[in-house]
Amino acid sequence: MICNVCGTKEATIHLTEIVNSKMAEVHICETCAEEKGTEFKTYFNFGDLLSGAPGLETTLGASGKKIPLVCKDCGMNYEDFAKNGRLGCAGCYVSFQKPLAIVIKQVQRSGFHVGKKPSRIPKETRSVHDLRQLQEKLRKSIQEEAFEEAAHLRDEIKQALDKLKKVKRPKSE
Amino acid sequence: MSEIDRFMDQPVNWLRATGPESDVVISSRLRMARNLAAFPFLSRLASEQRTAIIQEVGEAVKRSNFLKNAYFISSTELPELDRQFLLERHLVSRELFLEEGKSAVAITPDEMVSLMVIEEDHLRLQVFQSGLNLVETWRIADEIDSELEKDLDYAFDGTLGYLTACPTNVGTGIRASCMLHLPSLVLTKQIHKVLQALSKLNLAVRGLYGEGTQASGNFFQFSNQITLGQPEDEIISNLEGVIRQVITHEREAREYLKKKRKGKMEDQIWRALAALKAARMMSSSEAVQLLSLVQVGIDVGVLEGQVTHTDLNQLFLLIQPAHLQKMNGKELGTTERDARRAARIREYFSKVAL
Repeated sequence: MICNVCGTKEATIHLTEIVNSKMAEVHICETCAEEKGTEFKTYFNFGDLLSGAPGLETTLGASGKKIPLVCKDCGMNYEDFAKNGRLGCAGCYVSFQKPLAIVIKQVQRSGFHVGKKPSRIPKETRSVHDLRQLQEKLRKSIQEEAFEEAAHLRDEIKQALDKLKKVKRPKSE
Repeated sequence: MSEIDRFMDQPVNWLRATGPESDVVISSRLRMARNLAAFPFLSRLASEQRTAIIQEVGEAVKRSNFLKNAYFISSTELPELDRQFLLERHLVSRELFLEEGKSAVAITPDEMVSLMVIEEDHLRLQVFQSGLNLVETWRIADEIDSELEKDLDYAFDGTLGYLTACPTNVGTGIRASCMLHLPSLVLTKQIHKVLQALSKLNLAVRGLYGEGTQASGNFFQFSNQITLGQPEDEIISNLEGVIRQVITHEREAREYLKKKRKGKMEDQIWRALAALKAARMMSSSEAVQLLSLVQVGIDVGVLEGQVTHTDLNQLFLLIQPAHLQKMNGKELGTTERDARRAARIREYFSKVAL
């Protein structure tokens, strides 16, 4: 892919921008990116917004491609979330999974929900929820040193995991 | 008569000071956040989507046994004074109060439940109880939630639970809180120790009107911070456990004041009462401070029989700016409000002898 700015060099930086709810893609080479530094700076620095988010920074750095994180469902830019702390839609939790996991780790006790679930949910969601409840029970039983129960729960979790894999496999094939 | 004016004539149920531990815990509240799976969150909502959500939730409210008699009020059509009136009664949040787009709120006639539609999340259910009664707030919220979900498809993820606009609410989506009156801990200067210890327990302490407000008149709102990784009943029992300890500390501090600093404390209480009986102008914050001291007077037995917690709790509300203006039937400037507030307070305390 050739750089949109100079039209000569190979573009190594690919930006996706949403303007008036239309998606625009910009492909740019490193030289032009440096020249246009200030214009694109916001995109390159969004990793810094989450200080102490090493996971995010390294994946960006190592790949050599700096793609602004945009939600596939609602078009929200991750940068906007980092600024005001509010997500755009339920899909943002999937699109921003990696950096959000770091945020969630900082503000919450664990990365998964234990507790109430709606009575009408898709089977797969239910299975994942059930698995999380078992994992929480296991954590508790280990904490309480109820090892017999823990061993039993570990078997149950293994079975639940196998079931989940079976459900997922036909889809990916 | 508008639905809101009907509230004007009734005392606030959750302020009636009858629940467990009501000498220290004014009220318990549970707030539950939910979003509809088919719509984006608030920041990405188009105007017609707001209308659709309000419509859909309105239908679900009608079918709910618990909420079918609730007043369903379009909050954007309300005059600003009425919105502020609901804010002072905690029936809407500051966010909903400030929200410019279409939003709504369903309030049960007894004011124990309010369901805000299109706040930071599509749904924000609030359940109130007098005194320390978090278990009951969760029981009721759970019941209403289960009724509503028959009609509404919530955004829910197997791993992350109920999905919310802010990741600080994801998981259970619940925030349990209690309003505590801790004058003795403030007077004995022990409150900072208590608050410091709490911050290590993942609990938040805020002022009278929630997020971003200062603690005033010795009132503190305690709430859970964590919503993910802990089941609802555990969140509630943890918070309740901590609050019980704070109650013990407050009562110990009260006993200490009674025994060791009786003279000084009684002096403060009587001075407060004198000011309340005599003042011609009084700001909200001064009134809350002085009334808080009168509460202490009841707790330590100085004013026993003359003033009740129930009356005082109601008075706290009636002297808030929007309440004063609603009673007056029109808007009032600050100076006029201060005069009316002082008059109202004098009237109440006229029966109390100095």
